[in-house]
Amino acid sequence: MKGTVLYKWIVIITIFLTQFAFAETITVCISCNISSLKDAIALAQAGDTILVKKGTYKEYNIVVDKPLIIKGENYPVIDGEDQGEIIRIVSDNVTIDGLFIINVGTSYTSDHAAIRVVRSENFLIQNVVLEKLFFGIYIEKSNNGKIYHNKVIGDAQDEYNSGNGIQLWYSKNVVVERNIIQKVRDGIYLEFSDNITINENTSINNLRYGLHFMFSNDDLYTNNIFENNGAGVAVMFSKRIKMVNNTFRKNWGTAAFGLLLKEINDAEIRGNVFEENTVAIKVEGSNRIVYSNNNFIRNGYAIKVLGACYANTFEKNNFLYNSFDISYNSKINDNVFQHNYWSSYTGYDLDKDGLGDVPYRPVKLFSYIVNRTPETIILMRSLFIDIIDFSEKVSPVFTPDNLQDMTPKMKRY
Amino acid sequence: MIKIEQLYKRFGKNKVLKGVDLDITSKGIFAILGPNGSGKTTLIKAILGMVIPDKGKLLVEDVSIKRNWKYRDQIDYLPQIANFPANLTVKELISMIKDLRNRPGEDKKLISLFKLEPFLSKKLSHLSGGTKQKVNLVLTLMFDSPIIILDEPTSGLDPIALIHLKELIAVEKAKGKIILITSHIMSFVEEVADEIVFLLEGKVYFKGNIDALKTQTKESNFERAIANLLTYEDA
Amino acid sequence: MLKILKYSFFDLIRSRWSYVYLLFYLLLGCVLLFLNNDLSKAVITLMNIIITLVPLIGTIFGVMYYYNSKEFTELLLAQPVKRSSIFIGQYLGVALSLSMSLIIGLGIPFALYGLFQSNEIWDFLLLLVTGAFLTLIFTALAFNIALYNENKIKGFSYAILLWLFMAVIYDGLFLMSLILLESYPLDTLSIGTTMFNPIDLSRILILLKLDISALLGYTGAVFQKFFGTGFGLVLSISVLSLWVILPVLNIYRKSRKKDF
Repeated sequence: MKGTVLYKWIVIITIFLTQFAFAETITVCISCNISSLKDAIALAQAGDTILVKKGTYKEYNIVVDKPLIIKGENYPVIDGEDQGEIIRIVSDNVTIDGLFIINVGTSYTSDHAAIRVVRSENFLIQNVVLEKLFFGIYIEKSNNGKIYHNKVIGDAQDEYNSGNGIQLWYSKNVVVERNIIQKVRDGIYLEFSDNITINENTSINNLRYGLHFMFSNDDLYTNNIFENNGAGVAVMFSKRIKMVNNTFRKNWGTAAFGLLLKEINDAEIRGNVFEENTVAIKVEGSNRIVYSNNNFIRNGYAIKVLGACYANTFEKNNFLYNSFDISYNSKINDNVFQHNYWSSYTGYDLDKDGLGDVPYRPVKLFSYIVNRTPETIILMRSLFIDIIDFSEKVSPVFTPDNLQDMTPKMKRY
Repeated sequence: MIKIEQLYKRFGKNKVLKGVDLDITSKGIFAILGPNGSGKTTLIKAILGMVIPDKGKLLVEDVSIKRNWKYRDQIDYLPQIANFPANLTVKELISMIKDLRNRPGEDKKLISLFKLEPFLSKKLSHLSGGTKQKVNLVLTLMFDSPIIILDEPTSGLDPIALIHLKELIAVEKAKGKIILITSHIMSFVEEVADEIVFLLEGKVYFKGNIDALKTQTKESNFERAIANLLTYEDA
Repeated sequence: MLKILKYSFFDLIRSRWSYVYLLFYLLLGCVLLFLNNDLSKAVITLMNIIITLVPLIGTIFGVMYYYNSKEFTELLLAQPVKRSSIFIGQYLGVALSLSMSLIIGLGIPFALYGLFQSNEIWDFLLLLVTGAFLTLIFTALAFNIALYNENKIKGFSYAILLWLFMAVIYDGLFLMSLILLESYPLDTLSIGTTMFNPIDLSRILILLKLDISALLGYTGAVFQKFFGTGFGLVLSISVLSLWVILPVLNIYRKSRKKDF
């Protein structure tokens, strides 16, 4: 018994040492013997490091088929000359670090990416800068990786011929952190990808969504900033997504929203800031969601509810100076509003418990009218509208009469 | 010089002036008389440009007053009802009018004549009717204009002020001015007026001096002569 | 004209009403700020007040001043002063003293509260500009009403009716027509309709600042152009200026023809 244990140890240490001892560094530069990344990969052994010196390397279809660390020094440029895909990783344990990749070929038939990871584990892509791209970083059926501190700067003009910044497809346990993505179609796109953590990314000026979930469950996104996208974040057909401490800002336009929830169940939305969006949160057919401690500031609509949404809870949020706080398109309400602060609340607190003594009705008749005839928006804040809103408040006819915050806070959180 | 030719004015259905012809070329005091509603005030206001005639010519100092306002510099006007902006003091009002006319005025002399010194810094709304009329007179007579129009100048004045007024009118007349006066006090008219302009039914019914009037009506008393004009019309 | 303006202005500045008006705004500003302790909220509430109250005060005050200063006017009419100068001067005297009360009355509490260090300063300035516009417009309309009506009671009634119509009834009719015609494209119609009511126009001007997020949610191309670009702002301000110029021109026209 003892012998076998010892034997095992020796084997482990030997493997470790051989790995360490034989891991070589291969240097690539324009004037070196090895002047292309492809040659370097062909020469390299598993576990080697390829150091790419500063310079411009005109290469595409680079396949990384063994565990390697490819590290750029002073951001060497890999120029794909619009020929197609640039780097494809098909091996586990590959690290790409510090490259400047440009000119990914645009195609209408295949999704060319600057870096594509296919069926591989433990990948790390960091400090990479991507410009003039179609798709940026494309993770395909690959798990347990990390995409860290990259910069994806697209120049997308139209949705139909542009790709996504970071895309995860059938991938699990990936961390996407501290990336900056701008001017692509979707900043980050997740499809059939579970247990993903998305943290501290900045996704701005994208054509479609800053972040987009489809059929992905148990994901977490925190501390991200989504600004001036076609729409901020779209979460669709997914379960148990946690959305914490993100900022959704200035997502303006006819179909724009800060956050779209479509057929989402059991999500948690906490501590986010929604500022100056046309619609801060648009909810369609989503159930059992807890919205707490969020700040809704100066949005057109703070929350727009369409279709059947059941058993949602809105609590301890600040609703500040939104044109409309809540909009419903039906008369039925099965959601709970409690302990929120509403800047347009005009009640009083005689018993001094910090909660208003009169319930607050966040749905105005006018929002119902605007849903029906959108052009009436032009009458917003008219004295006449105030009068009909007031009469609806006194005796609700068109808006759900049980939709009220019985415990509105007197002071904001 | 005031020259009026075929002046017409109607207010709604009410025809007030129906072709007034009037030529005032000589200097002197002209009393414009007539029964109530005969168009005295309208005529005066037309001369002042406050009422805009429908038809006819109106020349002051040979210049048509239509679309003209500068000619008013030639006229001093005493309005009938002395109402002034309530928030101003007497002093401010006087200096304002001087400022508007852009001319120096002999206000000091007139103020002491009417003993208005104690009221100078009082608000106009706090003055009695007689005092207001005195202020009104000061405002009108402090400038030296060739034409003076006085609408009921005697109303509310005490006997002493009335004597001063008559003296002032005499002085102005001596300077060779045209002075138009309306009044209900016939003795005052008889005392001061050189000529009578009698308006009736919106026309000049009589124009001439008092003697001519007396001769025409065969009355020796002025007041009766006036009354005669009215009854003659009725008959 | 400047002389008349000067005298009307000083006359008004000394009147009780200017002080009441000024005090009212001072008080309003203080209550809004120090009771709520929230600048953004105060600005929004203020907006609601400005677009309803300023026109009301402008019309009432304009009509009142006109009738109360009848004697003053008659005194001036006999002076060698242009007629139009008298009325335009008086109008400007009223409108400017009202605007000043508004700006000072609201400006002081907001400045004390620390407006200059906050982001709301532009919203607030826009409010003041709109308030000044509304004062100019409604005082001019009031002068028109008064010029056409010798009868004080009639004049006052028309003034109140004008305000009621512009502030409430117009929008009610507007809303009903939009709902009735909802199957047709309505952007141009609704923007056009707005142009005919200065209160609506001012409201739009403020909406462009406070509610731009909501306004951009609409699909019509005309709305997009109107709200999404500087076009809306420029158009609103130009039409508001027209709303000042046209009634003032009419004061000028009418005052030359009127008998006193």
